[in-house]
Amino acid sequence: MTTKSYLDMELLRFTTAGSVDDGKSTLIGRLLYDSKSIFQDQLEAIEHTSKQRGEEGVNLALLTDGLRAEREQGITIDVAYRYFATPKRKFIIADTPGHIQYTRNMVTGASTANLAIILVDARNGVVEQTRRHSFIASLLEIPHIIVCINKMDLVNWSEDVFETIKSDYTSFASKLDVRDIHFIPISALKGDNVVDPSQNMLWYNGSTLLYLLENIHIASDVNHIDARFPVQYVVRPYSDKYHDYRGYAGRVAGGIFRPGDEVEILPSGFSSKVKSIDTFEGPLAEAFAPMSVCITLEDDIDISRGDMIVRKNNKPEISQDVDLMICWMNEKPMQLNGKYAFKHTTREARCVIKDVKYKMDISTMSRLSDDKNLGKNDIGRITIRTTIPVMFDSYRKNRITGSIILIDEATNETVGAGMIV
Amino acid sequence: MRAYNLTHLRELESESMFVLREVAAQFERPVLLFSGGKDSIVVSHLARKAFWPAPIPFKLMHVDTGHNFSEAIEYRDWWAKEINATLVVASVQDSIDKGRVAEEKGYNASRNVLQTTTLLDAIEENKFDCAIGGARRDEEKARAKERFFSHRDEFGQWDPKNQRPELWNIFNGRKHIGEHFRVFPISNWTEMDVWQYILIEKIPLPGLYFTHKRKVFNRDGVIYSMSNFMKLKPEEKEEEMIVRFRTVGDMTCTGAVLSEASTVEDIIAEVAAARTTERGSRQDDKRSEAAMEDRKKQGYF
Repeated sequence: MTTKSYLDMELLRFTTAGSVDDGKSTLIGRLLYDSKSIFQDQLEAIEHTSKQRGEEGVNLALLTDGLRAEREQGITIDVAYRYFATPKRKFIIADTPGHIQYTRNMVTGASTANLAIILVDARNGVVEQTRRHSFIASLLEIPHIIVCINKMDLVNWSEDVFETIKSDYTSFASKLDVRDIHFIPISALKGDNVVDPSQNMLWYNGSTLLYLLENIHIASDVNHIDARFPVQYVVRPYSDKYHDYRGYAGRVAGGIFRPGDEVEILPSGFSSKVKSIDTFEGPLAEAFAPMSVCITLEDDIDISRGDMIVRKNNKPEISQDVDLMICWMNEKPMQLNGKYAFKHTTREARCVIKDVKYKMDISTMSRLSDDKNLGKNDIGRITIRTTIPVMFDSYRKNRITGSIILIDEATNETVGAGMIV
Repeated sequence: MRAYNLTHLRELESESMFVLREVAAQFERPVLLFSGGKDSIVVSHLARKAFWPAPIPFKLMHVDTGHNFSEAIEYRDWWAKEINATLVVASVQDSIDKGRVAEEKGYNASRNVLQTTTLLDAIEENKFDCAIGGARRDEEKARAKERFFSHRDEFGQWDPKNQRPELWNIFNGRKHIGEHFRVFPISNWTEMDVWQYILIEKIPLPGLYFTHKRKVFNRDGVIYSMSNFMKLKPEEKEEEMIVRFRTVGDMTCTGAVLSEASTVEDIIAEVAAARTTERGSRQDDKRSEAAMEDRKKQGYF
């Protein structure tokens, strides 16, 4: 890989969900192996372990199981992050277990992904787990889904099987909020259509998985319309050179900011203009998501962490009552009327759970309005009342200003992941 | 219309700056663990960018095993001045002198394990509530499961099976008194990303990373630098080789590679063609399959 090509690469974050039986780990192992991202010492280590366990060939699944307990039990407990690169893109894989008791891990892995790979066993077709993964991908607003129909070698590379599964999936996915779905028949074990085109399925003339991962259009996944700048940290140098400097450090959460822009500071409502967008290298003519910059304003206004700088004519909602879809992540069930700490962008305060509208049965995707108990791995629709106003967009519009986490004030654990409706 | 997207290096940079600013905002007494290795150099460079034009709002701390390469120490002192940061040194020798730890014995004796105690003592003495490190998830499989904000209990221990879920870019740094956090701003970077970034940012590095002539010896296939800290076995002999180091750790556990790479570009070409991971020359990881996981649980970096 030449230096120049590497400097032009884009970053694609994707998530894979599935159980050991789906061949998920084998697929990741195959992507890493065929793209030459596995090193000699890593390969030797898993060859050694495979042999020790009396397995035939090299068990590529061992590459992804990082913790001792996972290797011993042959399961994936947590979200593991994997990295590989081709000359076109760098990839970050959030690899998560697929069983229902790991819904929270799937949600975690999906939260930062632009793309989800859903694995379907060609012998079994669309099953409950497929629906669950797809629902989570759609709930977390992952813009692209690739359905890999795996183990095609075990169904005689049959085009009929592929087409039937594709049509089953399409009809069920019409109920989901997914914008871009692709289908690929593969054999992760044999490598067909993963990196190289299959010689066994000449009837398939679509792309291989890696080709799609390298070429799918992701530049428009970020919101470049609604300008949002959550203030993260106030920069005050107190030095002779920058004596009166007061800059607002943060990461652009949406839209584009330019010097001269008329802005409003929320929640105070004061107006000002962007004076400069500063970086270590010098001032910028514009800043867009997800850049980390430091903004200065024309006027001396009292602004602190948790405030939000927005364009005057394009404001988020400001409210203390917020409707969420929430995934509960803790052993201790959610308490109706219970009080929790919350974090939303750089804002942190307390809230109370005012109402549970319904719980989702994530296997059938039906709403259970008479069951309002949300335990670990449950997903439901709730309303919270916050102690201070929150400046938010719907999660669908902006994944940064639309997401929120709830924290147990006694244990400090993150207990809920919320997507603002 | 122009395309509003960042290259992967700029996106990683922005993510890391965001994490560093979260540390400054959420903790009272954070500290940046600085080893003089390329990863902690990159993290300190990112910190300089994140808070500019203000100075970095936390100190740098080096856990000094006393078994360092002298070049790394010289670089450390120079770089701290260069970026206008205050340096704290926690010494493993002090921990040994105080009887907090006992030196390992034998030919492969290393102070690598001992530094965990020195680190935890220094965190407690200085009342640091967050230690920023340069660890990356691609380095080792136990690290692949590490969070950006990694919670440590009052004993400094990591509980990998009971980690807080980390969603989006919302980081939960809440803790009880006596607990602290380890934060890893370059979690999502690979070795290649780090080198490419060093190239585009023109970050100066210690000479150890580049090719040089060195007196070395070979032990079990690993090329070690000659030093006062390691005794040759009868069958081992001193040789002179053209080498460089892919990582900079203790002299007792960091192996060199034969290399003529004299520039960052050369190194990038070498990394691209490499068939072993950079930790492949780190003997501390090879003690068992779960060596890193075990050390991390006890409070290692």
